[in-house]
Amino acid sequence: MFNHGTRNLLLTPFLIWAGLFIFIPLVCIVWYGITDYDENFSLINMGLIFERGYLDALKLSIWLALISTVICLLLSYPLCLILTERQRDNSTIISLLFILPLWMNSLLSTMAWQTILEGNGIINQILRLFGLPALQMINTEGAIVLGMVYNFLPYMVLPLYITLTKIDKRILEAARDLGANSWQTFVRVILPLSLPGAISGITMVFIPALTTFVISALLGGGKLLLIGNIIEQEFTFQYDWHVGCALSVILMIFIVLNMILTTYFDKSHEEEDF
Amino acid sequence: MNYLKKVYLATIFLFLYAPIGVLIAQSFNASRYRGHWTGVTLDWYEKLFDDTRIAEALSNTLSIGLLSAIIATILGLITCMAMKDLTRKWRATFMSITNVPILNADIVTGISLMLLFMGMGLKLGYVSILLAHIVFNVPYVILCIMPQLMALDKSFYEAALDLGASPFKAFTSVILPELRPSIFAGFLLAFTMSADDFIITHFTKGAGVDTLTTAIYAQLKLGIHPEMYALSTLVFFFVLIFVLLFAINRRKLKKYEEVF
Repeated sequence: MFNHGTRNLLLTPFLIWAGLFIFIPLVCIVWYGITDYDENFSLINMGLIFERGYLDALKLSIWLALISTVICLLLSYPLCLILTERQRDNSTIISLLFILPLWMNSLLSTMAWQTILEGNGIINQILRLFGLPALQMINTEGAIVLGMVYNFLPYMVLPLYITLTKIDKRILEAARDLGANSWQTFVRVILPLSLPGAISGITMVFIPALTTFVISALLGGGKLLLIGNIIEQEFTFQYDWHVGCALSVILMIFIVLNMILTTYFDKSHEEEDF
Repeated sequence: MNYLKKVYLATIFLFLYAPIGVLIAQSFNASRYRGHWTGVTLDWYEKLFDDTRIAEALSNTLSIGLLSAIIATILGLITCMAMKDLTRKWRATFMSITNVPILNADIVTGISLMLLFMGMGLKLGYVSILLAHIVFNVPYVILCIMPQLMALDKSFYEAALDLGASPFKAFTSVILPELRPSIFAGFLLAFTMSADDFIITHFTKGAGVDTLTTAIYAQLKLGIHPEMYALSTLVFFFVLIFVLLFAINRRKLKKYEEVF
């Protein structure tokens, strides 16, 4: 469309921008992570992951993020299939109703779950009304998972919904004509075709769930620490940037692994788009 | 089966809207404390308009949201135009660079930008929040514009050039109108992401400057001021009405198109 000179001129602002605000900040964080207070190379801070119970926090984060991702996936498939079935007028309104909760401040709505789950909360008051014993729900791992699913479900629903709407209806009809029942159609046709959407959904849920500190602070009662909480505390209470950065670098290893996996699975999908 | 599907949809809706219902109820609760119902009041709505701290946080959220969305849209659009002409391999490389702020964890992005700003000697405050928001908004804009730009037929643009239009004129009168929906979508998404961001703002803001999300976080330990519930309720209904009007309009447009 443009000649090479114009094209390169148009690319320049972004290149400068990306260098300054994407590349250099990552260099900074790695630099702090692998140096000590005298700015000498040292892996002592990285090694801290094996002390002070940090490894337990990391394990707990990975475990809860995995559970939340699986739950989001299991909830989203039936949901998106129902939504794509109901094409026509209704579906726009129903999908808008799913986007609408995103406009409520997520800190406030996560805190509203406190009011629902706590010892004297709404669920327990209803249970008491029926003479049932109260449940301990707040400040548990379950409450954190619930908060993660609540906050990140839309990130799974949206990419999955988009790939499902792109599937040609005639392929499904063909499967049915060839004698497949609805379960077979799902497993052998819909599932493989919607895989790219599911994979981008998995990344979009797993990374924020792995690294959150807000949800665990609100629904974990400050006793259940995730790796995100520990990093945040290093910056806001301990003021130990080297430790905070070292732990962030360890977190980045997981993020990069996740990115590699996604690009690997996403390759076939991308070529279709362009 | 149909019955089951309806129950399933209703359960998910209940899950999504239960906390919102609680927040709306709290905005009318006479008690200052969460989960303590002492009667209905409109006091918090009245006090909302006298609260200068909330007003300041709100104006910061809106101005940072608008400015960062505008700048990100312009930068994203220019980058998309340039990326269209790259070979597929280079474009894929560029797209993975642009996607870094989305794929990276917010906490890592926030901390790394904070280190950069402090290293540059930039005082943490309004400007640092704005810059950080542009950083994570650009990829959202590019993700919205790029697919539509790739699908665009370039012969119209070339025809305009052949007919004597300057490249700039051809761009503004041929390409820009075609891209309007995706530019608008990118802008709106960027504004939304900016307004709802907490983690990156938390690390890149300095003392004394707050957006709504950081103001809420600061109140968490001592209890949220009920005025915040009132504000969120107002925002929620404002967006609800906007969305409904949009849906109704679209339906009308569709009918209109069917007639002709």
